[in-house]
Amino acid sequence: MYRYDEFDHAYVNQRVAQFSDQIARRIDGRLSEDEFKPLRLQNGLYLQLHAYMLRIAIPYGTLSGRQMAALADIAERWDKGYGHFTTRQNIQFNWTKLSDVPAILAHLASVEMHAIQTSGNCIRNVTADHFAGAAADEIEDPRPTAELIRQWSTAHPEFAFLPRKFKVAVTGAPNDRAVTKAHDIGLRMLRDAQGAPGYEVIVGGGMGRTPMIGKVIRPFLPKAHLLPYLEAILRVYNLHGRRDNKYKARVKILVHETGLEALRAQVEAEFDRQMAATGGPAVQPDPAEVARIEAYFAAPALAPRAPVSDAVETARTFDPRFAAWLETNTHPHRAPGYAIATVSLKAIGAAPGDASAAQMRALAALARRYSGDELRISHEQNVILPNVALDDLPPLHAALQREGLATANAGLISDIIACPGLDYCALATARSIPIAQDIARRFADPVRARAIGEFKIKISGCINACGHHHVGHVGILGLEKAGIENYQITLGGDATETCAIGERAGPGVAAEEVGPAIERLVDAYLALRAADTEAFIETYRRLGAAPFKAALYATQKKAA
Amino acid sequence: MSALKQGRAQIVSANDLLIGDVVYFTAAGGWTRALREAALARDAGEAGALLARAALQQGRVVDPYLADVALDGGAPRPTHFREVFRAHGPTTRPDLGRQAEK
Repeated sequence: MYRYDEFDHAYVNQRVAQFSDQIARRIDGRLSEDEFKPLRLQNGLYLQLHAYMLRIAIPYGTLSGRQMAALADIAERWDKGYGHFTTRQNIQFNWTKLSDVPAILAHLASVEMHAIQTSGNCIRNVTADHFAGAAADEIEDPRPTAELIRQWSTAHPEFAFLPRKFKVAVTGAPNDRAVTKAHDIGLRMLRDAQGAPGYEVIVGGGMGRTPMIGKVIRPFLPKAHLLPYLEAILRVYNLHGRRDNKYKARVKILVHETGLEALRAQVEAEFDRQMAATGGPAVQPDPAEVARIEAYFAAPALAPRAPVSDAVETARTFDPRFAAWLETNTHPHRAPGYAIATVSLKAIGAAPGDASAAQMRALAALARRYSGDELRISHEQNVILPNVALDDLPPLHAALQREGLATANAGLISDIIACPGLDYCALATARSIPIAQDIARRFADPVRARAIGEFKIKISGCINACGHHHVGHVGILGLEKAGIENYQITLGGDATETCAIGERAGPGVAAEEVGPAIERLVDAYLALRAADTEAFIETYRRLGAAPFKAALYATQKKAA
Repeated sequence: MSALKQGRAQIVSANDLLIGDVVYFTAAGGWTRALREAALARDAGEAGALLARAALQQGRVVDPYLADVALDGGAPRPTHFREVFRAHGPTTRPDLGRQAEK
């Protein structure tokens, strides 16, 4: 894992001191709210419905046991005993007191964490494949790239006040688990015909009010040219991105209005100008620094193990709960004898992504014991233990059961992404969490859920789409209609390398109608699928939306 | 000035500067956590004046704004679900927020 150097420590500590002073001046009245608001947002501090919310960055979703334990400390000492992991691999605390923020930030700094650039019109926390460095299908670990971008983009003076926020995601595997096509910039690591490493650069993806799938602006960018090329994209966006209308200010609108070819020409011209002016990449990092970063992400020294574990096979035979968890919540590791374990934060009836302080502390301890002291946060709001020996899976599962963390539903219909919605968020137009809880309860039977198979439901409480509803197989968007909560349902979205924006199924439905409608939809899918192995999204693509729309609105037609 | 509907009024709400808690502006010119103590504006003119007074008293609060209430026997009750959630706390966590104090 990356460790702060002297500069990182000094910078973060300096920012803690600066923001602490700004808070003191706000409290004693020397700063007005108009003066303070941009400062607090730059430091991840929002004002929500019931309290302040502090959003803490977890760079590319990677953290150590010590860092997870520090998050548990914050939940216990300064919040209300829990935190909420987000779709951008961050954590949010919902009950922060303004006067406590300096102490919280100091505590974070002591474990090399911060809340800088988790809000505002800047380059946000860089996200990555949550299986990075461990997945069997990986070409290259995306985290050194993500860390390089983090260092380049943190406090970048030219890009501190962009037209709008800017989000970058990186994947090192062909199976895209980082939603790269729905980010302002998505980077897919690949190799050219000679085996040289580089990136496919995707630009202008995004969700929100105007969902768009990113377009390939450079099919292959040599690795060494990454930062100058990103700098070129950001410069063109900073210059031409719209500042007159916040709803048209994201780079996706610039790509759409300019046209990909014209935008590419501008970016390439700026890139060439930089290269010519400096005789090489102007912002190319020192190779020694690149080597230092890469060394932190060197593959862990995993002891050789047999590819098949007797302990796993015995537990699989005699413990059906373990067998179910093994099937859904573990993923092939690149090293024989190891697995990647997904710890579901989607217990039936729980708020998606929430973890108690006790659970965070337990996860920290389990990471130390079973996963080389490393954890990941997924954009799907789960926790990953990336390096678990197969022999350790049975005791890990037993320990997770004791903590209420052994729900065997990763990737299934009850593994729902949901934003905080109107239970917490000041921007929300409707609640998300109760909808997720209701649907999860309807599919609580693990046998039925496994029979349904992969089924991605994503719920947002407003058009900003923090819950990624546009790319859910089933997306649910909470809005207000005539003074009550109303939910639009979309079908056929896809967050992966075959990215698709879901199609709106029809009129919105009332909150209490969402769960029954999803049940009818699932019943229709089970009746229509060609085989048990045909996932919902495959059946949807084969048959189109019509039979599923009919199922969703079946009772309304009967009533009519 | 245009009157509000019968049985309807407006109040001024904001969030407390230090803890972000929901507060309401009172007739005496202060801020209270108790909705029943909120000053009532019964027409648009009164509402504008109330918000203007509140804006002068926002040293300890953030972003005061007008919210609609219904009057049940004189006691204000939020009419919009957003204000109901603010007044009580997260609907999914009855152990938290104002609702947990009852």
